Amino acid sequence: MSQATDSLPPLTERFTVLGWLRKNLFNTWPNSLLSVLAILFVYWAGKGLLTWIFTVAEWNVVAVNLRLFMIGQYPADQAWRLWIGMYFLAFLIGNSLAIWAPHSRAWTISLFVLPILLAILPFSPIVRLEILGFSLLGAIGWFLGRSQLSGLRRIVVIGWIIFLPVFVLLIHGLTGENGSMPVVRTNVWGGLLLTFLLTVSGIFFSFPLGVLLALGRRSNLPIVRWFSIGYIELVRGVPLITILFMAQLMLPLFLPANITVDRVLRAMVGIIMFSAAYLAENVRGGLQAIPKGQFEAAHALGFGGAQTMLFIILPQALRLVIPILVGQFISLFKDTSLVAIVGLFDLLGIAKTVLAQPEFLGLQREVYAFISLIYWILSYVMSYLSQRLEVTLGVGQR
Amino acid sequence: MNRETTTGTSVPFYRDERILQVLGQIAFVLGVFLFGYFIFHNMLVGLQKQGMTLGVSFLKGTSGFDIGETLVEYSRNATYLRAYLVGLLNTLLLSALGIVFATVFGVILGVARLSTNLLINRLAAFYLEVIRNLSLLVFLIFWYLGVFLKLPRVKQAIIWPGSIFLTNRGVGIPWGVPSGTFPTYRWILFLGLILTVGLGLVLNARGKRTGRPPMTLLWMLVTFFAVAVVGWLILPESPLMLELPYVKGLNLAGGKILSPEFMALLSGLVLYTAAFIGEVVRAGIQSVSRGQIEAARALGLNGFQTMRLVVFPQALRVIIPPLTSQYLNLTKNSSLAVAVGFPDVFYVSNTIINQSGRAVEMITLVMLTYLTFSLVTSFFMNWYNQKIKLVER
Amino acid sequence: MSQSDEPIIICRDVNKWYGNFHALKGINMEVRKGEVIVIFGPSGSGKSTFIRTINRLEEHQKGQIIVDGIELTHDVRNIEAIRMETGMVFQQFNLFPHLTVLQNIALAPIQVRKWDKEKAEETARQLLERVGIPEQADKFPGQLSGGQQQRVAIARAMAMEPKILLFDEPTSALDPEMIKEVLDVMIGLAKSGMTMLVVTHEMGFARAVADRMFFFDYGQIVESGKPEEIFNNPREDRTKLFLSQILTH
Repeated sequence: MSQATDSLPPLTERFTVLGWLRKNLFNTWPNSLLSVLAILFVYWAGKGLLTWIFTVAEWNVVAVNLRLFMIGQYPADQAWRLWIGMYFLAFLIGNSLAIWAPHSRAWTISLFVLPILLAILPFSPIVRLEILGFSLLGAIGWFLGRSQLSGLRRIVVIGWIIFLPVFVLLIHGLTGENGSMPVVRTNVWGGLLLTFLLTVSGIFFSFPLGVLLALGRRSNLPIVRWFSIGYIELVRGVPLITILFMAQLMLPLFLPANITVDRVLRAMVGIIMFSAAYLAENVRGGLQAIPKGQFEAAHALGFGGAQTMLFIILPQALRLVIPILVGQFISLFKDTSLVAIVGLFDLLGIAKTVLAQPEFLGLQREVYAFISLIYWILSYVMSYLSQRLEVTLGVGQR
Repeated sequence: MNRETTTGTSVPFYRDERILQVLGQIAFVLGVFLFGYFIFHNMLVGLQKQGMTLGVSFLKGTSGFDIGETLVEYSRNATYLRAYLVGLLNTLLLSALGIVFATVFGVILGVARLSTNLLINRLAAFYLEVIRNLSLLVFLIFWYLGVFLKLPRVKQAIIWPGSIFLTNRGVGIPWGVPSGTFPTYRWILFLGLILTVGLGLVLNARGKRTGRPPMTLLWMLVTFFAVAVVGWLILPESPLMLELPYVKGLNLAGGKILSPEFMALLSGLVLYTAAFIGEVVRAGIQSVSRGQIEAARALGLNGFQTMRLVVFPQALRVIIPPLTSQYLNLTKNSSLAVAVGFPDVFYVSNTIINQSGRAVEMITLVMLTYLTFSLVTSFFMNWYNQKIKLVER
Repeated sequence: MSQSDEPIIICRDVNKWYGNFHALKGINMEVRKGEVIVIFGPSGSGKSTFIRTINRLEEHQKGQIIVDGIELTHDVRNIEAIRMETGMVFQQFNLFPHLTVLQNIALAPIQVRKWDKEKAEETARQLLERVGIPEQADKFPGQLSGGQQQRVAIARAMAMEPKILLFDEPTSALDPEMIKEVLDVMIGLAKSGMTMLVVTHEMGFARAVADRMFFFDYGQIVESGKPEEIFNNPREDRTKLFLSQILTH
């Protein structure tokens, strides 16, 4: 008499914490030893760290000097201009998200939640409201983007292109002393503001330069090719700090004597030159991945060289390397800290100003730990968001 | 071979595709040349105004400054060139030590990241994630100002087992002082080295002949170690006398005193670079597909042999190129010594610029130095890639 | 199959070298408007090289090529003019993966012929209708089968309103069950009077619509003639040998 046998449930062990520990952490002698050492180490390091953070450290220095960290010695009464720039940015981001990545939850949540979290920090109440304004503008931009008005895309793209010049204009100012937007000299631009400016302008200008270099690297004209190779290999072979020093010390020499170059501008040029070389190599990788058939099809259809690049090749190549490029831009953000060595007062450089105040002498640990934390958080958040964006847009694959 | 197209019509040159290409290059060269000339001319004029001309003969001038840590003889009466050499040696020392320690720590991290022990695995992952998002410079400055300079004063030094003194004036470790027999010992070691290399060649040849490669590296290490130990013991007096650090007044003395600058820079670079090396190692090991291990075990190779003969060679192929790239990064990052005050080649160059005003020459020299490091590394990598290329259709 | 008098393609003593390798050894050919020419032969015989010299994807070093009265020289204006009059369909389709099917077809007319968007897209839709896949207009190439992609490629080439269509082994990369749909489109084109140069092994197609066939071997035209002559009465031994190799299934 045969009968169909039902599938039997598997034999299960009773799950206990002790059992799991025994199986995973203490199953062999070496493993057990390692586990014990690891636990001891975590306890020792954790205890020390937490004790310091919560009892010994004097976080007052951070709370009192928040404005210095954020915008350096930029005059407080002119800070409204920075807010306008930031609101413009929030508006653009909101719009862009709604148009191109409407389903990306991580980004949309960040746009609204992050500023709220930021407002928890001990800023003054007015500043807190201004921070929340960022979310508001982002929301306005987002809803506008969702409305699918015709021609909106074009406006947003133009908005992004003019963002940097407009922002610089806002920071720098137009008029004389008594006008509505007096000029603020670059030597008081500082803190996170300066870091932001250096990063954004670095990305903005190194991108076209890097693409040109990548194209030159692959050119059929030998002289163009050798020049591109030379530039790329030279810049990639030396540390960033040497390029920054070259920009600081030698740029004034390269220009006619009556032109003085602003120090912030010199640092920007150095960063742009550096970033362009690395970008060129990354874009070249993307170009190499495009099959020859694409070029042939374009030529057969009558496209000239420039048109082929613009409509067929570059869109595909850039799409392939966007993840790598984003990683490079995050590194660029961290590399801007080197301008502190050439005497600019970016987020890292402003530490000296903070520590020079008599009531905050000797608090290096707190100040530099705080600065490290800001860099770390921003870098982590940017990495995470870019990963989410990759998934949504499906980039990195053909 | 170029054969001319025999056509009836002649092509106007401004539309001829071949001419256009040449014209394009000529225009480009002219543009670059004009730009370069413009820059150069301005530079010469500017320098003239300051009463200087370009040249490297100034390097023979007296430096006039002290350097805190030197590997060779140096005083403030030495030439600029000598000062540069001191800086260069410091960079090489720092990079070499950094590479060694970072590799060791990096391999440990990479293996830990793949461990089945969840605690170890997660700890390694946590470490890697933290380091990846740090800004190296900020980290170095924090490490220097916030940790090494905040160590207790010499009188209240932290003393670790093995006579390691941690103070804010430096870290003191036991060190060997050469005695009278040290020169003889050096010769013994040299002979040992020759013996080891010879052994290595013999073993390699035998491996090729018999098809069973012996553990050459291991044998070489054992031999060298044996020679070192035996040589030490047979000498009447120990070639190196152990000297322990101790407190002398307000300072440390004896043994070897490592400056806070050096320690901060070295440890910071090692901790940072090891994380990236760990990722490279992990990726390399994971790149060897499971099927390889299964096939090897199915053939009867045991665990150790599988590792040595199948997994490692393939993993190494994937690891070496990014690994050398990380080594190069460490060497370039060592230039951040200027932020903590360690006299590496860049720091010294900076001082030379301040003293002599020769910015153009020195920056060019420094860039050429680092460029040499990069090119040497590139050549090595290309050679290595060619050598180990898997032969494919 | 109306034909006019003046040949639309004239090739005289066309030679091409790759370094020391003599790939095309003095090709002479005249194609009249509306003719369908099938070029066949063993691999390496120079047939692909030959038709790629016609739209300058390869450069010939000796001889003359005249397309629709324009001579193919180093003159960039001539090259561009000829490329606008010739369309090409590739073995590997070479569709642009980052654009939709509709955009693939409309791109060149918009950018090269400077049509406005509405006209280009309307033409594109009509062509998609003609090749039988109007519903795929908004999909991406990666979502289509091989046969559908090649039909899009044909539509893309047709959108430029060329006088001549060049086909470089259009069905060689297709799975067998998709060859027919592409050949059907090509037969339709032939019957509508398009001048076509087709490099292919599909002898059924040749029998159906070819006006003349050319057998290439070792860089030379060994034999040419009407399909009936070639299939039933090949003159050269090499032709006989090759036909026997590909026709015995």
